[in-house]
Amino acid sequence: MSHFPYGVAAWLFLVGLYGIVTSRNLVHLVISLAVLQSSTYILLLGVGYRTGAVAPIFATIPPSTPAVDPVVQALVLTDIVVEVTVVALILALVVQVHKRHGTIDPDELRKLRD
Amino acid sequence: MNCESCGTDDVTPMAPLPVAIPLITAAILAGLRSVLPRRVSFWIALAAAAATLACCVDLLHASRGGTLVYWFGNWQPRHGVALAISFAVDPIGAGLATLVSLLAITGMIFASRYFDTVGTLFHTLLLAFMGAMCGFALTGDIFNLFVFFELMSAAAYALAGYKTEDPAPVQGALNFAITNTIGAYFVLVGIGLIYAHTGALNMAQIARTLDAEPASPLVIAAFTLIVSGFLVKAAIVPFHYWLADAHTVAPTPVCLLFSGVMVELGLYAAARVYWSIFAGTLGHASALRAMIVGAGCATALVGAGMCWSERNLKRLLAFLR
Repeated sequence: MSHFPYGVAAWLFLVGLYGIVTSRNLVHLVISLAVLQSSTYILLLGVGYRTGAVAPIFATIPPSTPAVDPVVQALVLTDIVVEVTVVALILALVVQVHKRHGTIDPDELRKLRD
Repeated sequence: MNCESCGTDDVTPMAPLPVAIPLITAAILAGLRSVLPRRVSFWIALAAAAATLACCVDLLHASRGGTLVYWFGNWQPRHGVALAISFAVDPIGAGLATLVSLLAITGMIFASRYFDTVGTLFHTLLLAFMGAMCGFALTGDIFNLFVFFELMSAAAYALAGYKTEDPAPVQGALNFAITNTIGAYFVLVGIGLIYAHTGALNMAQIARTLDAEPASPLVIAAFTLIVSGFLVKAAIVPFHYWLADAHTVAPTPVCLLFSGVMVELGLYAAARVYWSIFAGTLGHASALRAMIVGAGCATALVGAGMCWSERNLKRLLAFLR
């Protein structure tokens, strides 16, 4: 298989990291975090992909048919659940930050704290 | 490391209990929180934590003779291929789980005096945090390690920002959450690379596959990613910025668990991953050791330096650790 998906994964990881580092808005920052996370989906699915293989459901096809790796699909599913939890939690914290300080700019928040 | 993927002899049914008891109790407490009086939920949580402690002590006792292996669903490995998720209980892991449950009990008792009104949700979060840390210390599967890592982190973010009525905790928890989540994704990318290379998630099986060959650049990259991710949790320089923020703002009973065991678990995970997976293929590279010792010394020096300029007692204690 070509290395294209890995390139996309690396690109998403770096773009997400860049977004987090340069963010001026906490909601934008959380979305950048989600972009960073989505690179792991592509990486994992790319790892399990096999050219010409079918979905790993063996109810109607013979067990010897080449299929893509079901393990990574389970991992991605778990990964998505984890991400939803973390993103929801961080967004809830952002809402609280906005309630207390009236701003969601990380730089202004730092000034307020010092 | 003992033969995890081929062991059929030492199976212990106690192994999953330190994770199952706290998580199930946490779910029940969260579900019944509108009907249960606060005192009752406190005692239920305390009883669950005590039961977990008893299980951990028993596991610690049983694991002295060697690593205990528990296969979920009793799916034993066939032909050296591990399909099921396993718990591999060694004395260090069991000892850490014991410490976790002991500190959680102390934290609960402390919290009942510390807060004016300690809500049921606090106990739920604390139990989830405890269960995740126990699972993290006991698991023998590398993806499972990531899942427990994230569960423990999510509970920790919520606990750090527990006092939402004050402005500071929310901000500290936010820094903590973002830094540690990035660390966790580093770990996950490393795990993805390792799985791509070996086709295994069981730590012992990965080690066996890797031992058979010289270390490739991919393996080194995966090792670097996993260890950096865990060192973020361990707050080793240069990843130490979140620690003082999170520890200062977290309620003191939670700080007990953060400083006492959560940060150490990051170090433990880095050591565990090195010794049980990469030690055979990377060797005891002296460069690696020098790097870790160097980072440790830098952490100690920076910590001491920050203490010097710090006026807040809890921040000072945070830098001291």
